[in-house]
Amino acid sequence: MKKHFHYEYLQSRVGYYTALLSMGALMLIGLAAAIYMETHGHVVTGMTNQIVWGMPHVFAVFLIIAASGILNVASIGTVFNRAPYKPLGRLSAVMAAAALAGGLIVLVLDLGRPDRLIVAMTKYNFKSIFAWNIYLYNGFFAVVLLYLYTQMSQDFRVRRYYKPAGTLAFVWRLILTTGTGSIFGWLVARQAYDLAIFAPMFIALSFSFGLAIFILLMTALMRGDERPLGHGLVNRMGRLLGVFLAAAAYFTVVWWLTDLYAAEHRPVVKFLFFSGNVYSWLYWLGFIGLGTILPMLMVFSNAARTSFKPVIFASILTVLGGISLVYFVIIGGQAYPLVLFPGKEVKSSFFEGVINPYAPSMPEILLGIGGMALGVAIVLLAAKTLRILPVTLADADVDPHLVSGEVREMKKAA
Amino acid sequence: MSDQGARDRNERARHEEIDAARREFLRNIAAASVVSLGGGMMLYTMGGEAFAKKPGDPLDPRKRWGMLIDTSKCTSGCEKCVEACKKENGWEAEPGSQTDVQWIRKVDVKDPKTGFMASLPVMCQHCANPPCVDVCPTGASMQRADGIVKVNMHICIGCRYCMMACPYKARSFVHEEIPEENKRFHAPMGKGCVTSCDLCAHRVDAGQIPACAEACPEGAMLFGDLNDPGSELRKRLKEIRSYQIRADLGTDTGIRYTRLP
Repeated sequence: MKKHFHYEYLQSRVGYYTALLSMGALMLIGLAAAIYMETHGHVVTGMTNQIVWGMPHVFAVFLIIAASGILNVASIGTVFNRAPYKPLGRLSAVMAAAALAGGLIVLVLDLGRPDRLIVAMTKYNFKSIFAWNIYLYNGFFAVVLLYLYTQMSQDFRVRRYYKPAGTLAFVWRLILTTGTGSIFGWLVARQAYDLAIFAPMFIALSFSFGLAIFILLMTALMRGDERPLGHGLVNRMGRLLGVFLAAAAYFTVVWWLTDLYAAEHRPVVKFLFFSGNVYSWLYWLGFIGLGTILPMLMVFSNAARTSFKPVIFASILTVLGGISLVYFVIIGGQAYPLVLFPGKEVKSSFFEGVINPYAPSMPEILLGIGGMALGVAIVLLAAKTLRILPVTLADADVDPHLVSGEVREMKKAA
Repeated sequence: MSDQGARDRNERARHEEIDAARREFLRNIAAASVVSLGGGMMLYTMGGEAFAKKPGDPLDPRKRWGMLIDTSKCTSGCEKCVEACKKENGWEAEPGSQTDVQWIRKVDVKDPKTGFMASLPVMCQHCANPPCVDVCPTGASMQRADGIVKVNMHICIGCRYCMMACPYKARSFVHEEIPEENKRFHAPMGKGCVTSCDLCAHRVDAGQIPACAEACPEGAMLFGDLNDPGSELRKRLKEIRSYQIRADLGTDTGIRYTRLP
């Protein structure tokens, strides 16, 4: 039997407006940081002619990867017909577009000339993966809005196209993340990049980043608005997160194993992964230890069956581990010097052959946080003005198969 | 008498006319000599292979400008080429500054196994297949018909992807306002844009050689047309073994070196 779900606007609560105002404040601080950077030039940031991309790119790339992963929640319901995910489609679509907007605003405001955005929109070099990405990002917004429209329309003739639109969005998001990964994978000159595995690795990472962010925001919205949320559903999403975490870690392991095998790439692998510097710690402790193994233990624990906490903490750790990995990839990859003369000792006034230092500056971090705040603010505003949040996500209402013995007992007691 | 006087006047007038015509002829000869000598001088400085391009004239796609740098003549510590470039194109690099612009730098390279050393200037290598041009989203990073790779500062959005892609670390981001006294009409640099060596395109278009090549006291930097088999550059390249930096990347650089470690 086809289930019908009911969606309702968020209620006007103090908590809602406090959250919205906080996001607004963070956005204003981020904007002020961007104006400061543009007025004084990038000399006031930690970025240099050696570390060309800094903290703004860490935040932006993390959000862009996450955006496509957030949409995965909707795809699991629409494309793969998993019943418990079906009522989450609307929220997933809105949140995905919001995360992409948050990431892109950071990227744009970090440009040397953000006032020339119109140039980027009108002059295309079709050989550039960056230019392709501009199409993929704009297309993502269009496809996701179409998908949302087919989900929310009152007209059954529009709703008929819900599945094709969802499939299109799913395919589009896979291409988009391939594009994001290829920004790095196609950098033939950089020792740390230049690998086709970046595209599938970014897709795997998007699954875990996106699901973690979705779980966190969904839980906050449902609990904040005092709507029922089932342990069975959160537990199921948590276990899926565990699988995604393993997949993402797998790709990173193949990355360094491949590079370790080639004598040419051994020095960069040793530097990034095995030299005890900040980058090695970020990978092994930040991403693998705290961002993969610990959350996996949490989501597959018995406690996760009856409590939200393990999955919530696992999601927070996934986000922090994810940011560690993106920092590791972007900053670590540039910290290792370009090799102009393989196997030779070099010295110059332009920091030839030396490990490039980088200290993130406050304006860069504030700009990044501002972008994240924009994403959350869009979700908050959308949930208040559109019917995207289900009235109930109780296990019995979502999928009776999810109802665990524990929940049945609690219901009986109630 | 009066007839005689009139004839004399006419005669004088005719002589004056002839003199004027002679003077005019001599002036023209002198002017032609100056032009041809000047041209000759120009040909001499260009190694007898290039002509100045008139403003507005299209670039010659049959040419590919390049350079051969003889590292045996290049000594460690000599920065004449770098200084000339700074003066010509208006950039400064404080020692130790991570953010200052650098168009050209001297790199000391040593093979740790053999001890063989070389000192060489490294700038934009003006690749035939430039990765910076491939990745630029707006086309600001561009290649001229004559092979010179440069940044069109007017459509550069400052994304720095070209800096990530360049294998030669040849590009710089302008991190702060350029002082007024350093601004050059022919080498525009703007805060928030990327900049790099353009092989002194303004000089090349005017029939001169790049400032670095001109300043080298040892004549170690031979500039010319890589596509012209008759050029001095091509003759030298035929005689001796030359190398490209990171030739394995297939970028086909326009800057070649002798004796790389």
